[in-house]
Formats: sequence, structure tokens, C-alpha cells
Amino acid sequence: MAHFLGRRALHSAIALIGLILAVFFLVRLTGDPTDLYLPIDASLETRKEFAHKHGFDRPSTEQFFVFLKDVSKGDLGYSLRKQRPAMELVLEAYPTTLALAGVAMVLSITLAVIVGAIAAYKPGGVFDRISSIASLAGASAPDFWVAITGILLFAVTLRWLPTSGTGDLPYWILPIGVLMLRPFGLMVQVVRAAMLGALSSAYVKTARAKGVGETAVIFVHALRNACLSVVTVAGDLTVGLINGAVIIETVFGWPGVGKLMIDSVIQRDFPTVQATIMVTATAIFLLNVLIDLLYVALDPRIRHQ
Amino acid sequence: MTTADQESLIIRRGSPWWRMLIRDRFALIAALWLLILTLCFLFGPELFGEAATKLNLRARNLPPGSMEHGWLMYLGGDALGRSMLARLIVAARNTLAIALVAVFAAMIVGGALGMIAGYVGRGIGHVIMRFADILQSFPSLLLAVVVLYVLEPSVGNLIIVLAITRLPIYLRVTRAEVLEIRERVFVDAARALGGSRYHILRRHIAPVVAPTLLTILTVDFSIVMLAESSLSFLGIGIQPPEITWGLMVAQGRNYLSQAWWLAFFPGLAIMMATLSGNILSNWLRVVSDPEQRWRLEAPGDSTPRKSAGKNDV
Repeated sequence: MAHFLGRRALHSAIALIGLILAVFFLVRLTGDPTDLYLPIDASLETRKEFAHKHGFDRPSTEQFFVFLKDVSKGDLGYSLRKQRPAMELVLEAYPTTLALAGVAMVLSITLAVIVGAIAAYKPGGVFDRISSIASLAGASAPDFWVAITGILLFAVTLRWLPTSGTGDLPYWILPIGVLMLRPFGLMVQVVRAAMLGALSSAYVKTARAKGVGETAVIFVHALRNACLSVVTVAGDLTVGLINGAVIIETVFGWPGVGKLMIDSVIQRDFPTVQATIMVTATAIFLLNVLIDLLYVALDPRIRHQ
Repeated sequence: MTTADQESLIIRRGSPWWRMLIRDRFALIAALWLLILTLCFLFGPELFGEAATKLNLRARNLPPGSMEHGWLMYLGGDALGRSMLARLIVAARNTLAIALVAVFAAMIVGGALGMIAGYVGRGIGHVIMRFADILQSFPSLLLAVVVLYVLEPSVGNLIIVLAITRLPIYLRVTRAEVLEIRERVFVDAARALGGSRYHILRRHIAPVVAPTLLTILTVDFSIVMLAESSLSFLGIGIQPPEITWGLMVAQGRNYLSQAWWLAFFPGLAIMMATLSGNILSNWLRVVSDPEQRWRLEAPGDSTPRKSAGKNDV
């Protein structure tokens, strides 16, 4: 078990370090980094001063060690747009994204497990067919378009919900609903497939033969094992949720990390872009470790290895 | 030969793929729709290029549903009075071409890297797999945003970015398959006969891996199309005057309260294309999987003969 966890953590750590290296070199491979950091119309003096201040005129190996030192201290430069430490901006934006992604994740997993389990109970039945079409449609829908159509229908035409912004419950309904679509669609298919496998397995037959009630068979015996496959895809799912959050935050004007990143990209504020990448990558690294721990907790086969 | 093998042989001889396609209504509609899109892709810009750029000030923001200005205006007109339908047809080429080239590039490069990782050696294999980890553990949209920030947002760069973000899937699947295939007798035989690594990979292993990769490609096509649309929607993908459906949604968004159809129809076009792709790839997977094939053979029979709890990518 320790071996499994150790190896997985090492792999995630290598990925994290690789990403940090990639950021460093991506900036420098394309030529003069001052081009990236400064607005296009910056004067020559500004450029020189900037290059000197940030050490771009020094050898690149030296730059790399300075960069590593800064990163380890959590110093990722100043936002050019807001004249504040980039890290501060990112940490300010994070709670919004975490809340958005967290709620969407919990809701979509819960719903998908219920729908997938019912669908798998009678494969080919009416519920199975409806849910498979719905989940396919959910997985195929362009989220930005669903968001816009949702605003048009519920906010502009019917005036039931606010068009954008943050606040209490009504502000959450559309963003969460749209963000849930794709993970829900994908998860239903995963849960259904896993449940089909579990329901026809030997241990379910044993449970039925022992006279265990149908509800217990589904929820205790089959579903618990089907949950493993949910945990397996949970990492990819979260990564996908962050993709979705970028779109949702942009469309609904939520002050989260995704919006911060897109705004920074459009206004060429590279220190903030870089800080966003670093923090997101670290968060995903921690999440991967967490998922592995969960996997160990759920699957006794790994625990006793 | 086991009974299952005999059965699948009889089935294969008994019903050709097109008959099974006709029997499955959803798959048939999806296939027909993709056929129409292919026609738009091939001939659209030549046939409707002129109509898509022609300004007609009387048809400015013309609502859909009227034939008053000709059938090309049936889906309405945009803020400059250009035909919505013609623009959709013309934009089909860019939208589909970018997604197609990107998935094929990802499949070829990912497949090649996966074969090296699986066959050649542990050292290189580890390096390649960690590279795949990096790509996979970071949100593809953010990755694309960063790369398009550093490079210029052009069609070529967009394709490169999309292909890179899809690499890991092909890489992992190929590697896993190669690890299994390389232990088989025919590979041993080829090695014993003195075949070089390159020869064995190209002649003996690649043909076995290819069908799996092509199945993934059909799923990936929809994913890449959605990714391209998202990037174009955010304003860092395709740049005007080039158009794709994603960009059309972004442009239409500014007129949402006056002319809803400007954002609605391009989005619907994306959705219908990706949904068709997903339905057809689901169908393909069932057809190519002997364990599930009975579902299409006997539509009335809904009791599973054998568990089919396969997880795919």
C-alpha cells in the first residue's frame, strides 16, 4: 500500500515539476520574455529597465535558479494589471472556483450514481434508454452555448433567474446546472457500465442466494464496487470541471480563477497567468494524492498488497 | 474454437454493417447527419461562399422562419444582413477541418510515442509516460490558453495545441496494447527471423493497434470540436475574418437580447455534430465488440447473455 501511494505521489510530483519547468522554458523559448510580460507598445527604456529588474539580461541558468527560489517562496511576481502580487490575486479568486467546482462535482456524482444504478438495473429498459440519450446529449453539449441559451431563456425571457454575477441561491442555479452537464453525462455512462459488471458478478449472486434484499444488493454489494470506477475517473473529471469553470466564470462573470486567467491572457499580464498555472497545478497535484488515498480506502485489494 | 467465436463468425457473415446501421434508428440519423456535414465540408465554401459574405441591408437581423428573402434566409440574417444558413455551411469546413486534422495528428504522434514507450525500453518509456502525466494532469483548456498566449492564435497553432492536449489518450492506450502484443508468438517469430524493431513495430504491431486507436478517434473528434469551439468562443482560437461555429456563437452573444438566433443556431450545429459523433462511436463500439454485438442483432431481446461491464477511456 505504501509502495502504491509512494509511486503515485512520485509520479504526480514529477508531473508538477515538469509543468513548472515547462512554464519557465515556454516563456524563454519563444524569444525575449519582455515581449510576453510587457504590453506591445512599451517603449525601449521601459523594456530595458524591466529586463534588468527581472534579471532577463543575465544567463539563463542563473535565471532558472532565481526562478526556483522565488517559486519556493511563493513569489510569482507582480501583476502588471493590478500592481499587486500575482499570488494574492490568484488566492483571492480561488474560493469562488472551488465552491463552483465543488458543488457541481458533488451534485453531478450523486445524481450520476443514482441514475446510472437505476439504468443498469434494467439494461435496455425505458429508463435506461432515456438516461443514455440524456447522458450522451449532456456530454456532447457545448457548455458555453448551453449557458447562453439558459440566460436567454431563464433570465432574459422568463426573468426567473439573474443573468450574471454572484450572490445567493438564484445566482448559483444556472452556472452550477450548466457546469454539471458534461461530468454528469460522462459519469452516468461510467456508473452504468460498472454497475452492469457488478450486478452480474459472483458476489451479487451469492448475496441474492443468501436472501439479501434487492435494495441491499444494489446499494451495499454492487454500488460500493461500482464506486471504484467513479473514483478512478474522478481525477480526470475534476480536470474537466476546471475547463468548464473557465467558460462558466467568463459567461456568468464570476470572479474565479478561470476568469482571472482569461482576463490576464487577453490583457497580456503574464505574471498572473503564470501564478494561476502554478497554483492550479499544485491544487491538482494535491487532489491526485487525495484520490489515491480514497482509492486505497475503498479497495481492500490495494490495502492488503 | 469456442461457441462464442463460432457465433460471432455467423453473425459477421449474416448481417453486414449497413444493415445493422439501418436497424439502429439513432445511429442511422447520426450517420446521415455526418454525411450532410461532410458534403458541407467538401463543397460548402465553393457553393455558398458568395452568399455567406453578401450583405443584404434589408435582411439585417431578420428573424428565422420566413422565406421572404429566399430559402437561404430561412434561419435568419445577422447584423449585416448576411445569410445565417450560408454562413453556417461555410463555417462547417473550418470547424470540421481543425478537429479532424488535430485528432489525426494526435493519433499518429501519440500512437508512435506509445509504441516506443511500450516496445523500446523502460528508460525512454518512463520519460514518455511522465510527459503524458504532465499533459493529462493539467486542464487542457488552460494549457491551450497558455500556449496560444505565447504563440500567435492562428489555425496552425490552434491545431497543434488541440493535438497536444489529446496526445496522452492515444499514448496510454497504444502503450498498454503494445505491452500485451509484444509478448505474442507472432512477434517472437518476427524477432527470431531477424526483424528490426522498426520493422516489427510497423508491420506486426501497428496493424493490431490501429483499430483501437480509430475507435478512440471517433470519440475524440467530438471532444476536440468542443475544445476548439470553446477556445474560439473565448476569443483565443480562430480569429475573424475566418469563421467557425464557436466564433459565431461568440459574435452572436453580443446581440443576445435582440437576435437570439445569431448565437443559437451555430451552437445547435456544434451540438448536433458532436452528438452525432458520439452516437455513431457508441454504435461502432458495440458493433466491434463481440460481447455486446447481440444487442444490435436481436433488438427485442433485452436480457444480457454475458456481463458487459467494460470501462472505456
